[in-house]
Amino acid sequence: MGSGNRTVEVELSTTGLDAQGRPQRVPLVRDSGGQPLDITPYESMEPELSGDHMLINIGPQHPATHGVLRLVLELDGETVVRCIPHVGYLHCGFEKIGEYRQYNQIIPWTDREDYLNSIGNNVAFALGAERLFGIDITERCTVLRVIAAELSRIISHLVWLGTTCIDIGAFTPFLWAFQERENVYNLLESWVGARLTTSATRVGGMAADIPTGWVDGLKQFIGSFPRTVDEIDRMLTKNGIWVGRTVGLGVMTPDEAINWGLSGPMLRASGVAYDVRKDFPYLDYETYDFDVPVGTNGDVYDRYLVRMEELRQSVRILQQAVDRLPDGPVNVDDARVILPPKSKATSEMESMIHHFKQVMEGPRPPAGESYVAVESPKGEKGYYMVSDGTSKPVRWRIRPPSFINLSAIPKMVEGHLLSDVIAINASIDIVMGEIDR
Amino acid sequence: MTEKFQIVEAGSAGTAQPSTPRNVPHRGGRANPTATQLAEQFPGAVLRSEVVWGETIVYVATSSVAAIMRWLHDEPSQQYDYLSDVTAVEYRDFETPIEVVWHLRSLPNRRFLRVKTVLSKSAPLEVPSVWGIWKAADWMERECYDMFGIRFTGHPDLRRILMWEQYKEGFPLRKDFPLRGRFSRAEQLRQALAQNPEAKYSMEELSIADAFEDLPDDMRQRLGAGERTGE
Repeated sequence: MGSGNRTVEVELSTTGLDAQGRPQRVPLVRDSGGQPLDITPYESMEPELSGDHMLINIGPQHPATHGVLRLVLELDGETVVRCIPHVGYLHCGFEKIGEYRQYNQIIPWTDREDYLNSIGNNVAFALGAERLFGIDITERCTVLRVIAAELSRIISHLVWLGTTCIDIGAFTPFLWAFQERENVYNLLESWVGARLTTSATRVGGMAADIPTGWVDGLKQFIGSFPRTVDEIDRMLTKNGIWVGRTVGLGVMTPDEAINWGLSGPMLRASGVAYDVRKDFPYLDYETYDFDVPVGTNGDVYDRYLVRMEELRQSVRILQQAVDRLPDGPVNVDDARVILPPKSKATSEMESMIHHFKQVMEGPRPPAGESYVAVESPKGEKGYYMVSDGTSKPVRWRIRPPSFINLSAIPKMVEGHLLSDVIAINASIDIVMGEIDR
Repeated sequence: MTEKFQIVEAGSAGTAQPSTPRNVPHRGGRANPTATQLAEQFPGAVLRSEVVWGETIVYVATSSVAAIMRWLHDEPSQQYDYLSDVTAVEYRDFETPIEVVWHLRSLPNRRFLRVKTVLSKSAPLEVPSVWGIWKAADWMERECYDMFGIRFTGHPDLRRILMWEQYKEGFPLRKDFPLRGRFSRAEQLRQALAQNPEAKYSMEELSIADAFEDLPDDMRQRLGAGERTGE
């Protein structure tokens, strides 16, 4: 990967045994002379049929739409002429509810918005709120949050990988991916007590420090996980079916990708080396040694390659974070936002009043506003918060990366086949909880 | 095979390596140089600028939004090629006007700029669309219209996106909109039950496949009488 050119070498696939008992190898995307076939074949294969255009409705209750997305397609034969997406079936008014909640009370809502990246959202929201309070978090908390964010990137990419495999027709990598995801969820469970809806951060720190021995479990995961990535890599990257179903689909040029506001792996697959962790760093990401993978074709296959490489880079970051994890307090020493210890709150009058006011009234940031963006697995996730000096934000805006990535789907699927719509839609990595909020 | 693209590097304009912001002052941090350049370029249209928590905010006149955005995007020294966000803010006191907020990024210069314009509540809420400059504005402006009722003039397809098209309760993120909705639960239930479950397609979608003729008789009569469907 990196900035070099990439060639796709298609391996032969095995279908049964021949008369001598050796594996019989049949070229999947090569002709009888062994020459590679053009793997964007629909121009030539499309039959010349004339007739009325057809209206096809996919979703909102279709498993391949990854939730409750609804696509209305206008088809000419099997080719998509126009795509009209409908979203909003999962709209719950998160931003409205946020205006009625204290800052720490909003954190559980961030779990439920992009629920594959819940602990990453907790980190992002806490960073935004801390900017609003003018708090710099402790060294240990910074590293713990990096670990949390990268673990959640691994979870999210694994779910993306597994579900995309199923959409395209491969079942086995789904099981491998979900087995590894289980390991990460076990780690999160022993850290914060919850698996999916973590609510792990607080303004100014974390809900809990990692338990004793937790780092050993993480090291074990770091040691074993790359093998799974390599296995999936060996299974898919040169697989004829996989390559044939992903190369050349949904191409966005770099200029288009920037102009349409794509972010994350979608943008980088188009050859734009923009990563919030590198270009607008937070949590000391500039001190970690990691690479930003970029594609050169901007198609579904490149998005797959970029995400696979990001899994490996996340492991690199995790390893460095484990190595540098310092001792010390997790929460900042700031009475404005941090509760007194429970033992003091139940024995000293002042601490009890402090605890009571902190919980009932909530911390109050000065009037102001902040937009803090992080690199979520889906792209640039930003939280824009406006405070008027009270304990509840005037406006809590989520910049949803998959919402904006999805807005380019009418452009990406135009001219492709109906079955490719599923692959292109899968490559966007949408989470409807985040799109509809 | 598809054509290969040249890699586009962020920060290609030779900016220094960025680092995590620390000890960010509440007000009066280092301003984005674009703010002064913008004020020189559009003397009457840039009302004021300030730095809050390290982020530069430029307030501009609503009438010049289109020209300013076009300049920020096209001017070679600025190159704000990435539109991060379009949204609006309504404050709790009724007198403060509604603000429309654009978050812009310049990937080559690694700059971040917040542009704001204020809309008085006594006039129609209208602001020029930036869809012609950044296609990313398409759904963000639709969402802003859906939630606040701000009309983005020049947007090619300004309709509700998260709420359904027949939603009659108003604009949910406005401060005068109660948390539980404007209609009572009984009224919401009555409207939900009165909806025609067949009415899933907009007229535009029905026209795609001449599907109107295939509809049941009663549905055609209802549509013919002016009832609009779609989501």
